[in-house]
Amino acid sequence: MKRLAARPLLALLAALALPAHADNYGVPKNAAFEEECTSCHMAYPPQMLHADSWRAMMNGLSKHFGSDASIDEKRRTAITDFLVAHSGGRKTGDTRDAQCKPLLRISETERFAKKHREISAATWKRAAIKSPANCTACHAQAAAGNYSDHSVNIPR
Amino acid sequence: MRHILIIAATLFAASAQAETPRDFLTRFEKEAGAVASVERGARFFATKQGGEWSCASCHTDRPTQAGLHAKTGKAITPLAPAANAERFTDAAKVDKWFRRNCNDTLNRVCSAQEKADVIAWLLTLK
Ligand code: HEC
Ligand code: HEC
Ligand code: HEC
Repeated sequence: MKRLAARPLLALLAALALPAHADNYGVPKNAAFEEECTSCHMAYPPQMLHADSWRAMMNGLSKHFGSDASIDEKRRTAITDFLVAHSGGRKTGDTRDAQCKPLLRISETERFAKKHREISAATWKRAAIKSPANCTACHAQAAAGNYSDHSVNIPR
Repeated sequence: MRHILIIAATLFAASAQAETPRDFLTRFEKEAGAVASVERGARFFATKQGGEWSCASCHTDRPTQAGLHAKTGKAITPLAPAANAERFTDAAKVDKWFRRNCNDTLNRVCSAQEKADVIAWLLTLK
C-alpha cells in the first residue's frame, strides 16, 4: 500500500520538475552552425529567435552587427534551414515587433527585457559585461544552453 | 602531353588541401609579384587604418598568445603558427578570415602583398 501511494507522488514530482527542463536551451548538434556561428561569440540558441528573425539575419551576414560574417551560399542555406527548423515558437521565441517586423537581437526582445528588468543600464556597461549580448558574462553555463537562476552571477 | 598536364594539375589541387604556412607565404608572394617584408607586416598588423580596429585589437600585438574578440570578448586561440599548429593550414579558412577581417579593419580586401607581409612576420614569432 505504501509503495502504491509513492507512485502518484513520484509522478507529481516529475511534473514539477518539467518547467525547469523546458528552460534548457541546449543547442542541437550541427557542424556547419558550430563552425560558422561560434568563432566570434558563443552559440546563441536557435530556440530564442523566430524563424523570420533568423531568415532576416542570414540574409545580411556581410553586415552582421558591425562585423563581416559572410559565408558561401551553400553553407548559408544549410545553416538557415537548421536555425529555422529549431526556431522559437509563441512562448519563447516570437521575436517580431508589434508590426510583425522581425527583431534581429535576442537582447532587444520584450521577453529578454522582462527577464532582465532588474539589471540597470550601468550594470550592462560594466567592463566585464560590455553588452547584453554577452550572455556568458553572467550565465556561466550559457554555451551549454543553461540560463537557470542557479548559475547566474553578475560580475562586478 | 595535355593529359599529363591535367593529371599534374589535379594532383596539385589535391595536395593543395593540406597546406603549410610557408605555402601561403609563397602563394601570396607569387600573386603580389614581390617578396614579403617582415617589418612591413609587423607595422601593418599593429596599425589602425581609418577604422576602429587593427589586427592587434583582437589578435594582440604578440600573437603567440591568445587573443580576445574586441567586441564580444570571446577568446581567440593564438594566430602565430609557432603557438598554434592549426593556423594557415586550410585555404578556405585562410581566405575566409582574410576577407572578413580585412573588411572589418580596413573596409576593403587586403592586397596579396599585405597578406604575404603579415604571414612573413607571424612566421618570425617564436
Ligand atoms: C565575424 C564575427 C561573427 C560571426 C562569424 C558571427 N557573428 Fe553573430 N555577432 C557578431 C557580433 C560582433 C555581434 C554583436 C555582439 C554585441 O553586440 O556585443 C553578433 C551578434 C549576434 C546575435 C545577437 C545577440 C543579441 O541578442 O544581442 C546573434 C543572434 C548572432 N550574432 C548570431 C550569429 C549566427 C547565427 C552566426 C552564424 C551564421 C553568427 N552570429 C556569426 C559577430 C559574429
Ligand atoms: C548582466 C548579466 C546578464 C547578462 C549579460 C545576461 N543575463 Fe540573462 N539573466 C541575468 C539575471 C540576473 C537573470 C535572472 C535570474 C533569476 O533571478 O531568475 C537572467 C535570466 C535569464 C533567463 C531566464 C532564466 C529562467 O530560469 O527564467 C534567460 C532565458 C536569460 N537570462 C537569457 C539570457 C541571454 C540569452 C543572454 C544573452 C543574449 C543573457 N541572458 C544575458 C543576467 C544576465
Ligand atoms: C574583431 C576581431 C578581429 C580582428 C580586428 C581581426 N581578426 Fe583575424 N580572426 C578573428 C576571429 C574571431 C578569427 C576566427 C577564430 C579563430 O580561428 O580562432 C580570426 C581568424 C583569422 C585568421 C585565420 C587563420 C587560420 O588559418 O586559422 C587570419 C589569417 C586572421 N584572422 C588574420 C587577421 C588579420 C590580418 C587582421 C587585420 C587585418 C585580423 N585578423 C583582424 C578576429 C579578428
